Amino acid sequence: MHELSIAMSIVELAAEEAALCGNAQVLAVHLRLGSLSGVVKEALLSCYEMACASTSLEGSQLLIEEVPVEVFCPECQARRRIASPQSLCCPECGKPCSEVLQGKELELAALEIKG
Amino acid sequence: MSAEPRLVEVRKNVLKQNDLVARALRDRFRQTGVFAVSLVSSPGAGKTTFLEKTLKSLQPRAKVAALVGDLATENDAARLARSLAPVKQITTGTICHLEAAMIQNALRDWEVGPLDFLFIENVGNLVCPSSYDLGEELRLVLLSVTEGEDKPLKYPTIFNSADVAVITKLDLAEAVEFDAAAAHKNIQAVRPGMPVLSLSAKTGQGMDEFLVFLEAQRRRREAVRLMPGSGR
Repeated sequence: MHELSIAMSIVELAAEEAALCGNAQVLAVHLRLGSLSGVVKEALLSCYEMACASTSLEGSQLLIEEVPVEVFCPECQARRRIASPQSLCCPECGKPCSEVLQGKELELAALEIKG
Repeated sequence: MSAEPRLVEVRKNVLKQNDLVARALRDRFRQTGVFAVSLVSSPGAGKTTFLEKTLKSLQPRAKVAALVGDLATENDAARLARSLAPVKQITTGTICHLEAAMIQNALRDWEVGPLDFLFIENVGNLVCPSSYDLGEELRLVLLSVTEGEDKPLKYPTIFNSADVAVITKLDLAEAVEFDAAAAHKNIQAVRPGMPVLSLSAKTGQGMDEFLVFLEAQRRRREAVRLMPGSGR
């Protein structure tokens, strides 16, 4: 379980960014979370409030956008979305695809701020 | 300044601090010719025995050292020290994985001299270490035959984050009716093209092949490093 330390990193980064916006109040943090990021959405959400306690982010919301895995299929020469990280095969032709184009994101996408 | 809520774009990696430290470590390893190899696996997959044998075998012909992460105790460092290679324990307390800053701190004030190989044994855990870059050149994921062939399907993220899979405790394969073909198939499903090596650190079976593989990887890296115009 490393979601608490991840949540604390999110809070730290969000606070830094809010400070750059004239110490604005953060209402919500928008996060992009890949299915191959190694971070579990539910665990992260349940840790978030704890990580925000007694910080400038207290009371803010964490909004998570899940990013599915996409690979490059060498056979089709195309970008393909993968249904499950348990099988990195092209859904069209069935060939294994080793090149992961997205799905490892753990990215603070945007902040909703006031003030 | 407006009182209305507004959205500002950030687009920054949450672990950017770790990634910056990892990048600095990787640059330093490359500049000094150190080939850094990390090991991840579940607890009890045989990382320490495998590493002890690897250190012993490489010692006569290469300068090696190891960092070993554990929540508590220095037992693993004591075991690895039997190889006579310099070994340092990183005790993480309650943290279930190593982070790049822990490697950086451990290397500070550690007088080991020039190295050919630095091994980094992560905390036994197939979940958390996958998110943290440690600046290593090669990440090995170990899977022991006693764990079951479907481990890669249960933990696709860590297998996907690794470069090489090592199947350990091969001497027990028959006793536990290990299905090697299924294990290979599952590894390839989550990480197509991943090299897989099978061995027993106890009997030595497959160890030579592993060492040849490892030294070839290092030579390949060195060739790139010393290439004119590589900037290093």
